Amino acid sequence: MPRMTLGKAVQETSFYGAVAFFFILAAFPFYWMVITSFKTNGDLYNVSNIPFWFNDAPTLEHFRYLFEKTLFVTWLLNSLIIGLCVTAITLVTALPAAYSLARMTGRRGEALGIGIFLTYLVPPTLLFLPLSRVISALGLQNSMWSLVVIYPTFTIPFCTWLLMGFFKSMPREIEEAAIVDGCSLLGAFIKMALPLSVPGILTAVIFTFTLTLQEFVYALTFISSSAHKPVTLGVATDLIRGDVFYWGEIMAGALIASIPVAIAYNLFLDRFIAGITGGAVK
Amino acid sequence: MAAIAETASKPASRFQFILDRRDVLGAIFVSPAILYVLLLVGVPFLMAVYYSLSAYTIYDPSWDFVGLDNFADILQDPTFQQTLYNTFIFTFGSQILGLILGKFGALVLLRPFPGRKLVRALVILPWAVPVALATVAWQWMFDSLYSVINWTLIALGFITREQAPNWLGTEHLAMLSVIIVNAWRFFPFAIVIFLAGITAVPQDVLDAATVDGAGFWRRNYQIIVPMILPIVAIGLIFGIVFTFTDLSVVFLMTMGGPVGATSVLGFAGFQTGITSGDVSHGAAISLFMLPVLLVVVVFMLRFIRRREI
Repeated sequence: MPRMTLGKAVQETSFYGAVAFFFILAAFPFYWMVITSFKTNGDLYNVSNIPFWFNDAPTLEHFRYLFEKTLFVTWLLNSLIIGLCVTAITLVTALPAAYSLARMTGRRGEALGIGIFLTYLVPPTLLFLPLSRVISALGLQNSMWSLVVIYPTFTIPFCTWLLMGFFKSMPREIEEAAIVDGCSLLGAFIKMALPLSVPGILTAVIFTFTLTLQEFVYALTFISSSAHKPVTLGVATDLIRGDVFYWGEIMAGALIASIPVAIAYNLFLDRFIAGITGGAVK
Repeated sequence: MAAIAETASKPASRFQFILDRRDVLGAIFVSPAILYVLLLVGVPFLMAVYYSLSAYTIYDPSWDFVGLDNFADILQDPTFQQTLYNTFIFTFGSQILGLILGKFGALVLLRPFPGRKLVRALVILPWAVPVALATVAWQWMFDSLYSVINWTLIALGFITREQAPNWLGTEHLAMLSVIIVNAWRFFPFAIVIFLAGITAVPQDVLDAATVDGAGFWRRNYQIIVPMILPIVAIGLIFGIVFTFTDLSVVFLMTMGGPVGATSVLGFAGFQTGITSGDVSHGAAISLFMLPVLLVVVVFMLRFIRRREI
């Protein structure tokens, strides 16, 4: 009997050890962001200090510098504008496309849907050379509007796929009943299908927005003037003067920009997984 | 009076009639999405292929067709060979590490314990947070002088300050660092994929196996793993595609250095095609991603088809 409990104790300890390992692995870099952004420079750049907590009193100097002396607020606004415009373009194109593909008879809808989704897998690093030429032909080089034009190339396939699954799970009979009652096809879509798919649309909006926030390669390729950078690009590349990294400011900026995405993902995670695996699990 | 009403309603009803045909409305609904994707993914893709076969640079926009010369040039370049090799090491290193972490993480998170919700929410973060921002945090943790990892190793007595490694400035350590960061980015996604798969395995199947005498490992590897294989394969496909073509981690952490030790295809394509303006060679470098992508896509289509049968 004591042997059993010893075995059990070892098992419990190793289990909680594993929990602690994953906890630290996932969270430490963010803890490091937080503590760096609130430390004084004297504390930050002193190797004899214990780095894990505050040796001097915490300070807001990095946040103040970030908001007052850099373009951080502009970058946040740019990201917001880009996100909103891309979301609008994506919804207008992906919603009808997803509905139509979900309701198409036979295998044609499925095949077209997979075809559109596969373009989501075409990487930016393959397309950035020709697209930068397209951008300069449109006269958008060095402007954040170039990102508004380009980002739908991956948000439209993603959301079409996501919404297609959503419309498929919605019973056809609802629209058919509306049509019998004298509604046109278009009317059935607008009056019946759209209102019922609000949760799906909301998911699409959230993920379009976060995908635009996460993108880095196109922003890096197309935009070099600081005032037009989205927040991720600005924080990662613009807070370095020569060889000097402004670590406190960089971490403060990274922290602020990460929070909304982190919350959105945690709230909508299950839908995201159901979306990209396309119902591979039944 | 009746005649006026009739003529007024006629054009509208003809318009209605066309919109009420399923095939017409369906085509109208799909076409904007398909056009957008064709114009800004399909056409640029063909342009990239043509670039790689031309002598086009930003200084000489002549579009002369040179056949496979660009590919011959880069294949003979030892730097490119190194890049190609690095890309495979980077991709498979980080995917394997990420999958192992993901599998064990999923096993841990399956069991209820106090605070599981919080741990699960935190574990998602590395994958959710924009890559550029998480990468700069790691860059700071790997800093040559103020690295918190080195500080901990020194404090624990494993190394002295003189021995402290320069993570991003030493050949193999730099590769290890970018692999760690990428695996760290990928493992929450792997956990979520494994969890989604495991929770979808019907409990009665597991119960039946237990009754028949299958132990923990046997249930794990003979029932759960084969059943969740399709969903894990889809997750892995995403992981491979996005790692194999990645640019951000290497660009932000090492700039391909030291001396090309961490240069990967995406990065080399960017350096040659955008920074140096040698568009044709840059396009040729990027196109080396294509065979891997095609293999991956074929696998994906096979899995989707199997699912339907």
